[in-house]
Amino acid sequence: MTTTAEHLAYVLRLADNALILGQRNAQWCGHGPVLEEDIALANMSLDLIGQARLLYSHAATLEFTLTGIRKTEDDYAYWRSESEFANYTLVELPHFGPLCSTARADHDYAVTIVRNFLYAALAVHLWTALKASVDDELAAIASKSAKEARYHRHHARDWLVRFGDGTDESHRRAQAALDYLVPYTREFFTRDPIEDAIAAAGIGPVTADIESAWSNDVADAVVEATLALPDPVQHVTTGKCGEHSEHMGYLLAEMQCLARQHPGAAW
Amino acid sequence: MTRYTVFSGAGVGTGKFHKTFDAALSRAWWVLESVPDPEIPVVSLRELGILRDVRRGADNVLEIVITPTYSGCPAMMQIADDIARALDDAGLAPYRIKTVLAPAWTTDWISESARPKLIAYGIAPPSTPCATNGLSPERTPDVVRFVRGASEQHAMPVCPRCGSGQTERLAEFGSTACKALYRCLECREPFDYFKPY
Repeated sequence: MTTTAEHLAYVLRLADNALILGQRNAQWCGHGPVLEEDIALANMSLDLIGQARLLYSHAATLEFTLTGIRKTEDDYAYWRSESEFANYTLVELPHFGPLCSTARADHDYAVTIVRNFLYAALAVHLWTALKASVDDELAAIASKSAKEARYHRHHARDWLVRFGDGTDESHRRAQAALDYLVPYTREFFTRDPIEDAIAAAGIGPVTADIESAWSNDVADAVVEATLALPDPVQHVTTGKCGEHSEHMGYLLAEMQCLARQHPGAAW
Repeated sequence: MTRYTVFSGAGVGTGKFHKTFDAALSRAWWVLESVPDPEIPVVSLRELGILRDVRRGADNVLEIVITPTYSGCPAMMQIADDIARALDDAGLAPYRIKTVLAPAWTTDWISESARPKLIAYGIAPPSTPCATNGLSPERTPDVVRFVRGASEQHAMPVCPRCGSGQTERLAEFGSTACKALYRCLECREPFDYFKPY
């Protein structure tokens, strides 16, 4: 299997999703609604950041093969700019409903849980499929990540059901979160040249093939939670192509500023 | 490094079958048996399935093979340091510590000898084997108690203090990412449970 630019781009896409979602969920650390959830989110962020590290290390190997340039995990995480990140727009959104630009609101745990569920439901199927990748290292990472994604999905699904089939307020917030976030999931399944190349090479699945399994899982949970899926929309977000929402810049500033202020520093 | 020839024959290239006893390799296994997990110091890295192999690399250098538990396990650097220190102290340098990801670590690799040690330490060992499925959604443990609907009593861990099977889960994550927090309904003490992974 020869390394291609699409292969590298695909691995970075997986890594970026894990890193950015890990970064977002870590914002709850010290601020969780209850202690157990504070700890849960910190631990799940740790899983995600661990996955990101493994993937960035693998990307570094691929990039070296492709270009002869040596990079580290830190180079990918701290020294790339917004348009180089290929995470889905869904995972960069703040923990509150639709507000623009610098407008802020209190963090809404329903948004956190619904987002985590929508992403984890995809991650379980994606990582399971990637266990069969012709890229051995990616398959190895997938074996571990699939187990962790199942646990994350279990956690988010539990809470989704509890919120939906809960009090009037929790139901209202969970429904509002679904209405807000489900449209961002169209991006999961739209085809693009990178995914086509990956599928052709046997490195990863055609994501559209995962769509019905994902939809079934989501519908199942939503029904059990006595909630409803919003109507489909036309717009498809473009995070995986490097075009991000207005929130990404602020997230990167917070995540990268320390490293950038002290280039080359080590603990 | 001392080599003892057990069967007749010489080394590579003679065409004769040979088997030699590698004293340094044997000593390395013995030394590493005493390296405990940094978080659970009553069990060794080998007993937890983190230490996978001690062998000679292609260049004949001693190679220690370890595997991470969870992707983000923060103890892996400490584990590598502890292994290095143990080998240095035993005069077994040079060596190389190699981290492999596949096959993926599973709690199924926790040795039988580790289980009573975990219990004595106050940690309930995983009560279900994982095989290839890990945490399939159909086999998930009990839901947190305040969700309406029947709570599935599925392979509840046994209290490591009093042995009662009447336990309940308090939190998905306990003192570390790999453990959940449970409580015994008989003796009322909390305990950590090593989650099936």
